[in-house]
Amino acid sequence: MDLAAVIAIEVVYSVAFLVLISVGLAVVFGMMRVINLAHGEFMMLGGYAAIVAVGHGINIYIAMLVVAPLVVGIIGIIIERLVIRHLYGRLIDTMLATWGLSLFLVGFATMIFGNTTTGISPPISGFSLGSYQVNGYNFFIILVTAVIIAAMYAILSYTRLGLVARGTMQGADMASALGYNPDRVYMATFFAGSALTGMAGGILAPLVGLGPASGATYIAKAFITVISGGASVIAGVLSSATLFGLISQTFTFAASPVVGEVALLVAAVILLRLLPQGITGRFFKGRM
Amino acid sequence: MENSEFKHAATVMLVMIVALLVAPSVLETYTLSVLIIYGILGLSLGLIWGFGGILCFGQAAFYGLGAYSYAISAINIGESSLPFILGIVIPFVFAGVLGAMMFYGRLSDVYLGVVTLVVTLIFFKFMNSTAGPEYVIGAARLGGFNGIPGFQTLNVPGRPDSYIYDLEFYYVCACALVIVYGLTRWLLASPFGRVAVAIRENEQRVELMGYDARLRKTVLFAIGGGIAGLAGTLFASWAEIVTPGMFSLAQSAEIIIWCIVGGLGTLTGPVVGAMILAYLKFLLGQQSLIDNAMVLGLILVLSVLFLPRGIVPTIGLLVGRTSIGRRRRKSGRRGGRRRHVRDTQNA
Repeated sequence: MDLAAVIAIEVVYSVAFLVLISVGLAVVFGMMRVINLAHGEFMMLGGYAAIVAVGHGINIYIAMLVVAPLVVGIIGIIIERLVIRHLYGRLIDTMLATWGLSLFLVGFATMIFGNTTTGISPPISGFSLGSYQVNGYNFFIILVTAVIIAAMYAILSYTRLGLVARGTMQGADMASALGYNPDRVYMATFFAGSALTGMAGGILAPLVGLGPASGATYIAKAFITVISGGASVIAGVLSSATLFGLISQTFTFAASPVVGEVALLVAAVILLRLLPQGITGRFFKGRM
Repeated sequence: MENSEFKHAATVMLVMIVALLVAPSVLETYTLSVLIIYGILGLSLGLIWGFGGILCFGQAAFYGLGAYSYAISAINIGESSLPFILGIVIPFVFAGVLGAMMFYGRLSDVYLGVVTLVVTLIFFKFMNSTAGPEYVIGAARLGGFNGIPGFQTLNVPGRPDSYIYDLEFYYVCACALVIVYGLTRWLLASPFGRVAVAIRENEQRVELMGYDARLRKTVLFAIGGGIAGLAGTLFASWAEIVTPGMFSLAQSAEIIIWCIVGGLGTLTGPVVGAMILAYLKFLLGQQSLIDNAMVLGLILVLSVLFLPRGIVPTIGLLVGRTSIGRRRRKSGRRGGRRRHVRDTQNA
């Protein structure tokens, strides 16, 4: 019984983890058809922002949930204005330019923070469930992810802002004819995506040792989750994260963590072979 | 038309051969050899991306696979001829199978990128986790993160004791580059190559004309994989060790950067781009003021923004423009313009 509970927690946690690391990328891809390959580095910067803020005596929750998103969001706006703005509509070129950015940011972080690993300790301690030890911080991650998804859904469907954003994505010239500046909407969307990414980086910072190159561990998973999910932002990420989380945890328990990772990757290849437009290209079509 | 194309290819090869013969008196052959290997690797992606329109995010998978095939079979066999061939054939076959799976499934652009990226990651993860003694192929331990050292490097065929190294190894690499360039040029001039380029331009139209685009893309992809495998095989012999780092994302990124900076849609572009950037990286590695990755990243961003055609076509255009200016005065307008178009295509 205890074991079943532990496994259930682990599966939910791994789904939440995948959603958390890919949601920022999904916002930018789903709304603007831009793939930000510097996504992992945005998370890395978020992590550093949180760690530096904690080092200056700021409360750890404020550092993770306020400072990290703000810092990375502002960096995102700068990058959008300087680089990505010129490349809208050229999917491959944006991928290449942001890949260059990711290398640049890794080098930049190495020069500032040095090629060492830093970290902070998680603010919530673990507890024992029967004869097993459970990480209490995992519940925090699950909670935050649920709140983020709920908030995104609410903003997109019930507010004026969400309506304008969705309208601009469907037809930029029509939105502009109605008096909304698409340029501003794109900028705001990119800010939102970057801020979400920064928050994810900040929240995950206590879990892993953070170094300038740690973004690379996230980007592939986030990229795969978003692309397999397809065009719909929320439905796509939720469905593919659930599928991949289940598969990778099942194989992790059955064999080893490495097999779990490989199983996730193989599943992605098979999935894309069967559904070339991603999950939401066929199911849940037209949802958000 | 055919004739002038042949003349062009012959000129490029001649320039290449002369440059390769002169180069050892300027740079160390040890450095030069690896630059040429990178040139071959750049060429492999330049062929499938620039002419087939297939953006492969995982060219490093075939590169690493070639190196590992060579290393593992060289340990088991102890003589380098068969391993050398295996180092080309195994990536060729693997790329063929992977390509068939993707192209017959009608995957394109981003989705293709994801699948190739994922396959590279699978190799990377798997090879990194093979440290234990249970991962053995014949007499070769896979060695996990540390890679495989101590295999038989390239030797004169049939004589395992006479190693090819230093200057001779440089000449082997140089010959390989010239031969690969000549063969790909020939492939692109053949009907197969023409149709491949047509598929890049408009896949639907080519299919309506009755050509099977899926098969052609698969074959082209496999050939690209084989060339990358050759580069990996030579690299294994040069470095005398193979590590999982050959499968890394950074390696894949570098190959793409070479192609973008050198110039897509040309064969010399990726080779030149690879050599210049690899040498730049080598020079940057000798100082510690500025981080290496930062400079490379900046180069990629700037070249996507400001030099979308790459170095070689841009130079070709500039040279073409001045020679057109002269020619126009001589032979009138139309000849000049046609010449100009051909220049940028063949560079």
